Amino acid sequence: MNSRTLPLLAFILLVTLLVVGLKISDRKTLIPSPLIDKPAPAFNLPVLGEPGRVLSKSSFLGKPYLINFWASWCVTCRVEHPVITELAKRGVLSVVGFNFRDESADAQAWLARFGNPYEVNLVDLDGKISIDFGVYAAPESFLVDPAGMIVFKQIGAMTPEIIETEILPRIASMESRN
Amino acid sequence: MRIQQFFICLFILIVSFSALAQVTSTPEPLVFENQQQQKRFDELTRELRCLVCQNQNLADSDAPLAHDLRREVHEMLMAGQTNKQIKQFLVERYGDFVLYRPPVQNNTYLLWLAPLILLLGGAWVLRANINKRAALLNADDNHQD
Repeated sequence: MNSRTLPLLAFILLVTLLVVGLKISDRKTLIPSPLIDKPAPAFNLPVLGEPGRVLSKSSFLGKPYLINFWASWCVTCRVEHPVITELAKRGVLSVVGFNFRDESADAQAWLARFGNPYEVNLVDLDGKISIDFGVYAAPESFLVDPAGMIVFKQIGAMTPEIIETEILPRIASMESRN
Repeated sequence: MRIQQFFICLFILIVSFSALAQVTSTPEPLVFENQQQQKRFDELTRELRCLVCQNQNLADSDAPLAHDLRREVHEMLMAGQTNKQIKQFLVERYGDFVLYRPPVQNNTYLLWLAPLILLLGGAWVLRANINKRAALLNADDNHQD
């Protein structure tokens, strides 16, 4: 290796790093969630539209469910709404809405207008539970297994592809274990 | 004269209204018991990343999540938790990415050692160059003799 090839190799290495960096820089999903394969954070939240009724994590143990963080101010939630509706219609798991940092009246109007795919909606008014789940921005979804462990997290809108490739296979493997 | 007075009054009114507008748009300020707490809060929020706008820290960001996380940091600080505990709380939820200063661990050894490796590489290139030139100089001297 002479004195000319060394700088060239160093330059090629730097360019490679730059290209790799640029390719992965806009993929927020690459930031791993520390919550995968850990127990879902505890919650104890009022039910939307049913004053006085409170549900906690233990209410959902024993069957898989999808926690979907949404809010009426969230534009992307409206985009993913048909996909969540399709998933709920399949009946393979319950879809639990976590309505966070939202006015309950706005949330109920939103559901009345676009349809309510959720088995139940919980109200996280000040977003404290969303911080426990490490939510960046709505929408985010967490697949929780019957033992209460988070097995998959989707940042951003749910898509039919992700349901096919990530959600359904995981539910199938949970059922085969039982 | 009267017209001048009128305009002065109008000016004062406009200025005072704009001051009012500013006060109402500021979110409720976080209250500290002493300056030391304030200082710790400032240091912490400067070292923590706002996760929505990923190139800003918590202190600078105006995103709703940053507001909530600042409030959370403030609550923990007032409850007497240490800086380490507060950072641990956020790392457990948002991952190491929330820290602007990455911890030294298995997947960051390369990151932390890279400057040293580059420095050693540079020293090696420099030494090779010096030796080569010294050899050339010697050869020159020998030739002239």
